[in-house]
Order: sequence, then C-alpha cells, then structure tokens
Amino acid sequence: MRIEELREHLCSVYPDLCPLFSVEFGDGTLTVPADRLFSAAQDMRDLGFDLLGMLTAVDRGETFELVYRVRSREMSAAIFLKTEVPRDEPRIPSLVPLWPAADWQEREVYDMFGIVFEGHPDLRRILLPDDWEGYPLRKDYADERIIRRPDYI
Amino acid sequence: MTGQAEACGVDAHLLQTGDELVVNIGPSHPSTHGVCRVIVHLDGEIVTHAEPVIGHLHRGIEKMAENRTYLQVVPLTDRLDYVGSMYANWAYCRAVERLAGIRVPERAEYIRVVMCELQRIASHMMSIGSTGADTGATSAFIYAFNQREQVVDLFEAVCGARLTYNYVRPGGVSFDLPDGWIEQCRAFTRSHPSAMVEIDKLLFGNVIARQRLKGIGVLPAEEAIARGVTGPAARGSGVDWDLRRDDSYSVYPRVDFEIPLGENGDAYDRGRVRLWECVESCRIIDQALAQIEEGPIKAEGLPRLLAPRPGEAYDHIESARGSLGVYLVSDGSVRPYRMHVRSPAFQNLSVLGYLAEGHTLSDLVVILGSLDPVFGEVDR
Amino acid sequence: MALVDDLGRALERTPGGGIILTSLDAVMDWSRGHSLWSMPMGTACCAMELIAASFARFDFDRHGTIPRADPRHADVMVVAGTITRKMAPAVKRLYEQMPDPKWVIAMGNCAVSGGIFYYDTYSVVRGVDEFLPVDVYIAGCPPRPESLQDAVLRLREKIRAESIAPGRSRPAKLVLPSPTDPRAGGVATADDGSGEG
Repeated sequence: MRIEELREHLCSVYPDLCPLFSVEFGDGTLTVPADRLFSAAQDMRDLGFDLLGMLTAVDRGETFELVYRVRSREMSAAIFLKTEVPRDEPRIPSLVPLWPAADWQEREVYDMFGIVFEGHPDLRRILLPDDWEGYPLRKDYADERIIRRPDYI
Repeated sequence: MTGQAEACGVDAHLLQTGDELVVNIGPSHPSTHGVCRVIVHLDGEIVTHAEPVIGHLHRGIEKMAENRTYLQVVPLTDRLDYVGSMYANWAYCRAVERLAGIRVPERAEYIRVVMCELQRIASHMMSIGSTGADTGATSAFIYAFNQREQVVDLFEAVCGARLTYNYVRPGGVSFDLPDGWIEQCRAFTRSHPSAMVEIDKLLFGNVIARQRLKGIGVLPAEEAIARGVTGPAARGSGVDWDLRRDDSYSVYPRVDFEIPLGENGDAYDRGRVRLWECVESCRIIDQALAQIEEGPIKAEGLPRLLAPRPGEAYDHIESARGSLGVYLVSDGSVRPYRMHVRSPAFQNLSVLGYLAEGHTLSDLVVILGSLDPVFGEVDR
Repeated sequence: MALVDDLGRALERTPGGGIILTSLDAVMDWSRGHSLWSMPMGTACCAMELIAASFARFDFDRHGTIPRADPRHADVMVVAGTITRKMAPAVKRLYEQMPDPKWVIAMGNCAVSGGIFYYDTYSVVRGVDEFLPVDVYIAGCPPRPESLQDAVLRLREKIRAESIAPGRSRPAKLVLPSPTDPRAGGVATADDGSGEG
C-alpha cells in the first residue's frame, strides 16, 4: 500500500490521529505524545498492524526518542510510531499487552537506556549482568574501561 | 503435551515427580549453539519453566558504531550474524544507501542476491547439521558441513575470507566476480539439490530423528506473529511471510521462486522448511546468474567519507533467520549517530520459554536448535 | 597429579635417577602431546572455524585432538571467540575444572587481544590472557582451520620440553619459518629449483 492510501485509510478510521501523521524520509510516521502512545498503538493494532518489527530508542539529549516500527501483512505497509520521554524521568507504558513481541525488546531498551516500561511483566536487564551500573547507549555513559579509538580521520 | 514421551508411548505422568528441580544449562554447553544459558525448572523430566539468559556475547556493537565512519561499521556487521555475515552487511548497506540516497548498479545488486542466497545455503546447512547433532545423527552434520564448505570455497574465491566477508559495501560490492567463478557456482547449484534430497532422507527420513523432532515445540501461527517470530521459524508454522516476496527488494521481483511452508509448526517442519529453502535458493542463484550482465560493481562518484544528510533510515532484508533490519540515525557527520539492529535471532529466541514448557529436558535442546539462534546476533 | 609430581621429585633426588626421569619425560610428553583432547570454548565467529577444523575436510582428529565438551575430559582449552565480562567467570570456572596438566590456545584476535572489539566497547575482555595462562596464540579474524592445526603442533613442541620434575621444564625451541621478502626476490618459484628446505 502506498503512503497516501495509508494516510487516507488512517484518517478515515481515526480522524484524531490524522494530524500526527507525517511522511519522513519516505516512511509513514506517527508522532504522538507519550501519554497517547498506548492508545495510538492500540488503534494501529486494530487497524491491522499485526507485527511489531522493531522497537528502539535514540538519545536526543534532553529527551529519549522511542521508535516503534509496526507492520501490517495484510496491507503490506509499515509505519513508524515515535514518541519522546524526558531524560530525567523516562517512563512509558509497555506495549507487551498489545504485541508480546515487545517483551524482550523493551527489556533491551531498559538495559541500554534505562527507560522504564510501565506494566512490563518482567522488566530486568537482559544483555548486561544484573549488577551493571549505568546505561551504555546513553551518550553521556562514562566507563573508565572504555578505550576510545584514536581519531585517524 | 509431552511430545517425546507420547511419541515413545510413555505416560507423561511417569516422568513427573511433583518436586521442582532447577537445572542450569550453559553458558558453555555444546547443545546451546553458542553462549546461551538456560535456567530450567523441572518437574521430574518435564520442563515447567525455561528462561534463556542471554548477553554472554554482548560486545556493544551498537555503541562501537557510533565512533566509526559509515564504511568502518561494515566489518562490525560481519560479526553480528557470523554464520551469515553477508546478510548483516547487506542490511546495513541498504540502510546507508537509503540514508545517503545512493543508487546501486544493477550488476552489484545481482551479485548481492547471489551471495545472499549462497549464504542462506551455508547458514541452513549449519542449522540442519546441528539439528542432526542434537538428535544424535552426527553423520547428517558431516554431510551438511560438506555442502557448507563448498559454499565457503565460493566465498573465498570472491573475497578471500571464509567467514567474515566485509563484501557488501555501501554503493556496491568490494570485488567483482573472478574468472570462472560463475561456472564454479553453477556446478555447485547443479549438485546441491540432490545433496539436499540425500540429507532429507538421511536426517528427516530417519525414524529416530523423526521421533525426536515431530510434535516437538509446536508454535501456532498466531503466536508466531504476535511474538515477532520471522523467517523459517515462522514459516514452519505456516506463516506465509517472506520479505523477499512481500516487501520485495533488490532484483528479487525479477526471479521466480517459491516459499516453502510448514504445517504443524514443530521442530520437524522448521527443519524441513530450511532444507527446501536451500533448493529454492539454488533456483534463485541460477536465474540471477543467467540475468547478470557486465557493468560497474560500485556506485559512481561516491565520496571517500560518507556524510549523509541528517535523518533516519530503516531497511530490512530476509536473512536466514528472519527479517533483519538496521535502523540508522544520522546527524550529518561522518559517523552514525545511532545504529540499531533488529535481530531476528533475538526475537525468535524469545519464544523458547513458551515452546519448551511441558516438554522433556531432552526436547529443550531440539527446540533451541530448531529456532536456529546465532548468539552474535542475539547479543550484538 | 600428586603421584607423578612425587615421582618426579624422588627421581630427581636419587643418584642416577635423571636417566630414568628423562626417559619417563619422553614417554609422558609423547603421550600427552599426541592425544590433546580439546575443550572447544567457542563463543563467537571463531567457533565456526573450530567446528570446520574437526570435520571431514580438515579432519582435526588425525592429530589426536578430539573435541570434548566436558572440561573434565580435556587437556587443552581452545578459546575461540570474544570473551565478554559476563562470560569471563564461566570461562575461568571451566578452566579450573580441567584436570592438570592443562594448556590454553587463544584462537583468533578477540581471544588474543580483543581484536576488532578492543576500542570503544564497554563489555569485552581484551584478551583471554587477562585471566588465563595462554600457551599458544593464533592471530586471525577468524584464523583458518589450518592455523588451529599449526597451533596444536606448536603446542606439542612446547609439551615436548616439559618435565614431570618441577624446575626441569625448559622453554620450547620453536623453529619459526623465516618470512621471505618478495621485494628482495627471495620468493622461490616452482621452476628454478632453488626452494629452501
């Protein structure tokens, strides 16, 4: 399905989500405030987006940007779902009730960024040991064991 | 419920004691296919709860990529899925090409398709072989590995490496096909399908292997979709979903191929889907080699240092384990601001606990093997 | 091991025991060196080459090096792959479970020094020699199976110089092939017949 058709379809079913839809770099993107994430995600799932492909976060300085990519097999379309949470209090509702696929991916984001997913059934570190300090993929992560690569270029 | 016990005609209740026993498997265990630790709660022989503990190979590749130029990240992607290095190379390069707006020459696209289908054979041979090793049919492993070595020879002839190729680069591929390579590859694709029939008889026709695999680790199709399982692990359950056809990329629309599907979603079907995918891969390679034309293998006028515009890109390909995606965020500098790998092996492994519940301990090994995890990619 | 150690010490003290000791050493070292059962500590990419080495084409078993996944059966641990901070305690523990005498081969750049994962990473141990005594290092990312076979032959030379009497082990004499410099024209070709032995 082309993006214009997707937008029309989305706007006809959920008019309130329509202004949040944009096209960024050729991909349909739905940017929602953090408190509306769960309901928007639920709407997307009900619209037929049955696969949660990717879930990750990006450190944007003051905020963390959460990026979800959901996909519909039926419509053969994919959409980005984006939201931002403040750095000093990163909390976001968990999407495990909607897509169980989010389980491990949310744990990974928690492990790497320290973002707390409220309602997650088992939020623990997944890749790093349980006693690890800090969240490595944050840009301000400091660890004296890291040796910085010399700048050759 | 207890597949193997029932298949052997043993009453499952005889295997249960009512006491809970916690057994630790791994992280260094020959049947975990890498450095996976599984904490298993047992009631007699029956698994009541299995929890994979991963991260023993977490090397922080996503963090490392933030201090490398776009080209320097390619060797890191080799080390993600080390059984199928070409896939991560390609998925990453596709994301970079999308971000920087690079057009790849047609010959390079054909070469990439040929390489990735060869890689699928090499990767599936490893998986099928280790299924044999898990079920006690080691001879199947040796036959499968023989096929894998032939593919590795082809790769070595092209790029000089046996395992970590660094072959697919942003904008094309690093070397053109050497003289005589196409004939060598055709000879392989001619002989490979008959070898697959042989392995099918040797492993999946073997009565012991059938009993160890049939009805073990049944994954219903709707669970596979909800839990984000992709690739042969999902297609074994009958999920008709393959990015090569459903979100077609590169020159896949120009070749004709079929997508093998399983019915029961057990370890047996997952294994056989892999087997027949190898035969289909041979068909794709033959067609691609027939269509390939002379031409450049790298995009013209690429700068030495790529500095794409600020923005983000996601692109994915169908790897031997499922949809492998790379998400790249650029801030306009010569290094990625953020790289994330959507790893199919990571998602597929997350269903292990669900699948193993109610099976015997010996089935757990088979289930883990049938999900075909590669821990370089699971842990990244 | 205690019995063998005592025997070595006793023979060393006995007048004329040295002759028996050297003969005994020769037998011991020969038998140890020719049946080096390996504990494949494969963690990452190098594990693939480790598997390839023991299969039909490279046939590692002909050197007497049979892979044993059980540390209590193994003589040499082949650390093949990246060791992370989470994995290191398990590797150390498995090494401690191996019976003496035991040796370690560090296969691949990651096990040697961290390799490609030396810089910028927070979770990788830079070389397995940070916590294990390594006998043979193999460079390569990953090394070819032939390199692993070469490492086992080198380890055999090292074992040949060992003695059961403490203090009598000598450093192994390794005859490394001298690299020929192609610029100096030292490359022997097939037809000139001047290939060095």
